[in-house]
Formats: sequence, C-alpha cells, structure tokens
Amino acid sequence: MKKVSKLGASRREFLKSAAATAAFAAVGGLARSARGQSKEVIKIGQPTILSGRVARLGESSRNGAQLAIDGFNAAGGLNGRMLQLVTRDSKGRPDEAARVVRELINTDKCSIILDSEASSAAFAVQEVIRQTGTLCMHACSETTSLTADPKIRAANAFRCARQDIHDSIAGGQYAAQFVKQQGLKRWMICSPDYAYGRDVSALFFHFLKQNAPSVEVVSETWPKLFAPDYTENITKILQVKPQALYSALYGGDLVTFIDQGNLYGLFEQLTLFDPNMADYTTLEAVKKLPKGIHSGDRYLSTFPATKANADWAAEYQKKFNVPPINWSWQNYVGMTFIIEAMKKTGSVDSKTLADAIRGMTIDSPFGADGKITMRTEDQTIINYAIGWGVIIPNAPYLENIEPANWNVILELEKDWKKKKGYI
Amino acid sequence: MNLPALLDCVSSSSCVVTQVSTGLIIGMLLFLVASGLTLIFGVLGVINFTHGSFYMLGAYFALTAYRVSGSYFEAVIVRALGVAVFGVVFERLFISSVYNSNVLMQLLVCYAFILILDDVVKIVWGTDFQTMGMPSTFALPPIHLFGGFVPPFYVFLTGLTVAAAVGLSVLVNKTRFGKLVRAAAVNRQMLACLGVNTSLLYGAVFGLGSLLAGAAGALAAPVRSMSPEMGFSILIESFIVTVIGGMGSIIGAFFAAVLVGIIRAVGSIGYPLFTDGLMFAFMALVLLVKPTGLFGRKLA
Repeated sequence: MKKVSKLGASRREFLKSAAATAAFAAVGGLARSARGQSKEVIKIGQPTILSGRVARLGESSRNGAQLAIDGFNAAGGLNGRMLQLVTRDSKGRPDEAARVVRELINTDKCSIILDSEASSAAFAVQEVIRQTGTLCMHACSETTSLTADPKIRAANAFRCARQDIHDSIAGGQYAAQFVKQQGLKRWMICSPDYAYGRDVSALFFHFLKQNAPSVEVVSETWPKLFAPDYTENITKILQVKPQALYSALYGGDLVTFIDQGNLYGLFEQLTLFDPNMADYTTLEAVKKLPKGIHSGDRYLSTFPATKANADWAAEYQKKFNVPPINWSWQNYVGMTFIIEAMKKTGSVDSKTLADAIRGMTIDSPFGADGKITMRTEDQTIINYAIGWGVIIPNAPYLENIEPANWNVILELEKDWKKKKGYI
Repeated sequence: MNLPALLDCVSSSSCVVTQVSTGLIIGMLLFLVASGLTLIFGVLGVINFTHGSFYMLGAYFALTAYRVSGSYFEAVIVRALGVAVFGVVFERLFISSVYNSNVLMQLLVCYAFILILDDVVKIVWGTDFQTMGMPSTFALPPIHLFGGFVPPFYVFLTGLTVAAAVGLSVLVNKTRFGKLVRAAAVNRQMLACLGVNTSLLYGAVFGLGSLLAGAAGALAAPVRSMSPEMGFSILIESFIVTVIGGMGSIIGAFFAAVLVGIIRAVGSIGYPLFTDGLMFAFMALVLLVKPTGLFGRKLA
C-alpha cells in the first residue's frame, strides 16, 4: 500500500487553489480592462408630454432630438462617449414636470436637460434648473417672458423655439394688409387660457394695431387648455359676430375647435387667423378644412423652400414614419446647439457648455438664410424661418407665404422690450 | 360680470335660441354620463370613479367600429353595448368584492382601473389624439331658428338623450325590473330572501350605468377629439351634476345637467371669467340649502 503523502495532497490542493486564483485574477483583469475601455454615456434628460391631447408634442420632440443624437453618435460621439436621451412623461402638469426634472438630474444622473414642455410646465422646469445649475435647453415653450424677462431668465437656460413675439410681429404685419383690403375691423380672441395663449394673443394685437389702428377687439373668450368642448365659446363668437377671429389654439384643441365650429358654419361668417394651423398634425386630423384660414408656418417641408429642408424632412419621415412638425425641428436644433458646444469645448460641464452656446451661430435648414443664432443677450434663437400664408386643403398646405423680415422683427422686438422694462 | 352683454343676449331671440340650445347640448351629454353614475350609486351604493373611463372606452370603441363599418349608428349602439358588457364583467370581478368595504377601498379599486384603462387605451390606440369626424348623415348646414344656429347633429343628440331619459324613467318606474332595482336599493338582503338573484341584478344595473356612459362617449365622438385620460374631465362635471341633482336621483340628474349646461352657456356671455367657478358655487349653494340635492332621494 502506497503511503499517501499529506504534503502531496496539500500541494495538489494548493496548486489547484493557486490556479483558480490566477484564473479569477485574469478574468477580473479582463473585466476591469473592458470597463476601462467602455466610455460612460452622456445622458440628456427630456421631460415632455407623452399623453393626452398634445401627446404628439412629446413624440415629435423626442424624435427630433433622437435624430440629432443618432447622427452625433454615428460619427463617434464625444471622444467615444455616446449620447443617450432619457425621456419622461410629465403629462403637461407643471408640478409633475418639476418632479420629473429633479428625478432626471438626481436619480438618472442626466448631465443636461432638454426641456420639451409646453409653457405651462417650462416655467416650473426653469426654477428647478436654476437651483441645480444644470444646462437646460427649452425646445418647446414659445412664451417670450421665459427668456426676455431678466427676472425669469437663467444663465444656464436657453430657448431653441419660436417665440410668440416674433410670430406676433410677423402675424400682425401680415394681418394688417387684410384689415385694409377687406375692412376687417371688428376682431375677437379665442385662445387657450394660459401663459402662451394670453401672451401671444396680446402681442398679436399690439403689433396689428400698430400697423392698422382701426382694429378693435370687441370681445374675448378664453377656453381652458385641453378643454374637451368649445360649444359655449363658439356660440359666443356667433353672437358677437366679429369680422375676424384670432386664436392661438393648437394641436388637438384646434382640431376640436374647427370640427365644432364647422357644425355652426362659423368659418363662413368670419376670417380666422391662427399661428398654429399650418402643422401636419392638425392639417391631417381636421376632416373638413375650412377655406381661407390664415396661419403662420409652424413647420412645413416646403418652407424654407430649400433642398436642405426637404432632405431633413425626408430623413425624419423615413426614420419615424411620420412627418416632422414644429417641435421636431426645434428639438433637433436644440440638440444641435448642445452637440456643437460639446464638440467645441470637449466638455459636458454645464457652465462650459453654456458659455459656448451663448452667441453661437449654426448652419441650419430651418434658418431664414440657412443659419440660426443663439442670441447672447437673452439666450434665445433668432433668424429662424417665419412666414404667414393661406391654408389650402392639400400639400403644400400653405400658399402665398410671406416670409417675415427679421430686421423689422428685431427692431420692433427691441422697442417692445424697452417698454416692458426688460432692457 | 358683463351685464350689458347679458341683457343684449336676453333681448335677442337669436341669442336666446343659440344659448339655450347650447345649454341643452352641454347638458344632455352630462346627463347621459351622470345618470349612469347616479343609478349605480343609488342602487349599489358605490361611487364609481371609473365612470369617466367608460365614457372614454365608449368613444374609442365607437371610433374603431366606425372605421370598420362606416356606419355611425351601428358604432354607437354596438359599442355602447360593448361598454355595458365590460361594465358587467368589471362589476362581477372587482366591484362586487368591495361593496361592503370602506369607501377608500372602493376609491382605490376605481382609481387603479382608471390608470389601467388609460394605459390600455395608450397601448391599443396610441397616445396621440384621434378624431372621428362628422358622419356624412349629419354633415349638414346648421338649422336657423329665430336667427339662432342649431346644428342638426345636436338636435339628434338632444332628442336621443331625452328619449333615453324617458326610457330610463319608464324602466325604473314602470317595469318589474325597475321594481326589483328600487327594492334592491332599499333592502338587498330582503330581496335576496325573496328569491331574487341580487348578484345578477347588481351586474345588470352596473351594466346599464356603463352603457349610458359608453353611449355618451360614442355620441360625443364626432365632435370631440379623443385622447387617453379624456374621461377625467367629464367625470368631474358629472359628479357636480349628480351632487346638485341628488345622488341616486335620475330626474335630479336630468334637471341638474340642464342647469349646469345653461350656466355654462349663459356664463360665456355674462360672466366669462367665472363660468367654472359659478358651477361650483351653485353646487355649494345647493349643498348648503338642500344637502341631499335638488331631488335627493334614491331612484326618484
């Protein structure tokens, strides 16, 4: 019988253990190496509306941002670091939007906020990012005071969206010619009762009256935002019998208003001016489009009538299977500013990026002359394409478009801001 | 308050016709929803917070049926029945478990299903708003009456709702089923002792209430865009109507719905900044003067 050496047995066990340990160490080292080689993603938090009457706002915003991000990631990202969009539904409620933004920053560790909220929630988001210092690009809110009012403005917040004052200056000048041609002196307002609706309506008439002093606003009606029924507003309009109606309703609200107004033959009795009608969502949803509605362009692939714009729209349509709308281009351009700032600085630090974005001019298919600038003084975009025309039921949906003159817009805007005490 | 505008309106036949018809239109839809709510409460003693979701389902079911069949009438009838069936199943499987529970438990169950049904609608029909459009039968110019405008579709809607109100009243007051329902509202246990299948009766009542809400959604579909969570807005208004009319009173719901409709229609002219507030103020006044509501007794 052979004598089993205890030492031999122990040595075998020792060797087995050593081999196992070496194997684990090798695997661990590989893992550590792999972790070191993979780069941390840069998260962009996007609070938006993904349900309810304006769910298309959130979907189109997300799509627009994603299109820009995918292009950047495909080109290698920021030194190999990819961007990741983290989108959350706030249902359009300001309290929920504020909570969502805090969660995106604190829990999801988002470095940058792309705020795709309507105005009602954008102001709530502004206060959160003012406290956190996170870079924020507002890409949907059009209420001028968000960036024009120095008490509301924040150094780390920018706006990449059309503004109600710009649309109103252009719209007021456009409408004034019809006041003179068609004698449209008695006007009425039917706009949603919140910041954007009130502000844009007031601004429109401020600038309309500057160009056509004979205009008189004989009555107003202010339906609640996302109201399901406009019957009482429509019947009031019928009683007042204005010659022209201005409305800032949009999306599903505008579709419902037009459908219900058609029942009463409303649009045969007056001329409607609405800056938000020329939008594919609305145009395709209205079953019976009244004739002769005047609208601002919002977004159309045919305005500006450039190859770059048409190509972008085609790319968007191909990727998402729906046409782009106003919020699509705004979020795309908003992300473009952020991306260009990252490329320029090589950083994701909020203050560094903010300093780079301030005053930046980028090439853009949506610029009036192929460029859009982020104005330094109030951190909002200028020189984007604005035009008003007449709605027609088929593509291109807006005819006789009159592009706005940005020199005039900037001059009148400056005067208005001085009167408001903003400058 | 815009008193001159209000006086101008009252002195104008066209304004009176238009505003009264507006009030009726608003009121009729509210009545359909509120009558189902008050019926369920009056008999079952349950405050059905999912009632607005049944309205939403009625609208979406009608949209799908209309797109498939092309017939609006079929869409309304069949889909209202579909919501009724859903209501019966919902009552048998879930609500019946909480009849004798604390009202908070009932609220919890209902709220859970509001969230579930909203998400189901998002998954099936998408998150974006949808529109049905006006059926060709009703795509007609408005009727001119003493200078006022009344759309033909709204005449149909009002007539149908009045017929439904009469039918419901006859059902509850003149039929054996109605007698059983009224008896169940008073003493379910005694009714069960007399050999009546009260579970089946309860299911039928819940189904009838759901049918009314679903019918309202289907009828409103041509003129209101649909979106998930649309049920919430009409739920609040129908609760106001139910409280003003008296919980459990169908005739109360009818008069309250018409009153609320008139308040909103006239309010848009006379006190446009306080229309919603006036509705709530009126409700508060009724609660102060007659806490059980204007016709506040069960199944009056």
